[in-house]
Amino acid sequence: MPHDHDHPHSHLPSDPALRVKALETLLTDKGLVDPTALDEIIDLYQNKIGPQNGARVVAKMWSDPAFHKMMLNDPMSTLQDMGLYGRQGEHIVFVENSNDVHNMVVCTLCSCYPWPLLGIPPGWYKSDAYRARSVREPRAVLAEFGVALPEGKKVRVWDSTAEVRYLVVPQRPAGTEGFSQEALAALVTRDSMIGTALAQEPRA
Amino acid sequence: MTRCGDKPEPAFSEPWHAQVFAITVALNEAGHFAWSDWAERFGATLKTHGLSKELDGGEDYFNAWLETLEGFLAETGLAEAGAMRQLKTAWTEAYLSTPHGMPVRLAEVG
Repeated sequence: MPHDHDHPHSHLPSDPALRVKALETLLTDKGLVDPTALDEIIDLYQNKIGPQNGARVVAKMWSDPAFHKMMLNDPMSTLQDMGLYGRQGEHIVFVENSNDVHNMVVCTLCSCYPWPLLGIPPGWYKSDAYRARSVREPRAVLAEFGVALPEGKKVRVWDSTAEVRYLVVPQRPAGTEGFSQEALAALVTRDSMIGTALAQEPRA
Repeated sequence: MTRCGDKPEPAFSEPWHAQVFAITVALNEAGHFAWSDWAERFGATLKTHGLSKELDGGEDYFNAWLETLEGFLAETGLAEAGAMRQLKTAWTEAYLSTPHGMPVRLAEVG
């Protein structure tokens, strides 16, 4: 509980925080983990890897037909060349939205997610509510995210696993003809690549 | 369910969430377990915890994560439960005996 008066001693961390400290101390003493390496992992996912990576790929798919085809058929070697290969992204499948189908991604087992393209999943992706309901009632979930699909448009829900991760390719918004890949990437939000949003409309 | 939009939000809301995440990734990378085995165990813990309440994707999620990792490491002998309990007590004592504002260090054991 936070309080302002003088502390005779240091603020005691929470029970799980102390258990993690114990774990880290033990594993470090045994030489199984290296605290510097742990800091690097945290820095990478906190500051360097995020949805901007996936947005870059989607924008290029919108702009470059050969790249588009490659990503849908056999993306891994190209992603590797782009430096977008890594932990939890060894096998990525791109699922593309169309006028007939809207795709969305969930992990009903835990929280599998394409880290190299999107970073660490947001809290709601990891919640029981999303994990259970996106399979049972995807349209209701989409409505809560403010996505109203035209009647007759199918919704396909892709359940990620530890082996296969999915990334939704949203539809390119109208009025973006001639946009640079950089300008297009700015319209591709994290949620649009999970499938709980559409790509943003360009500002008039 | 909370609508988060796309506002930048920290990947980890608590330092210990980041720490336990990094420990798990590092151990996997060093080949101590396969990620699919980890995901299976973690999924099972989430399922058990989810029986009694609807889990949020934050503190509940990382509590399940930590419990899974502790169990896994105890079972494989990488980190014995007794040693972890002792170190937790040692860290608690270190916090309680270090004056506020001073760096907290673990007393040398043995």
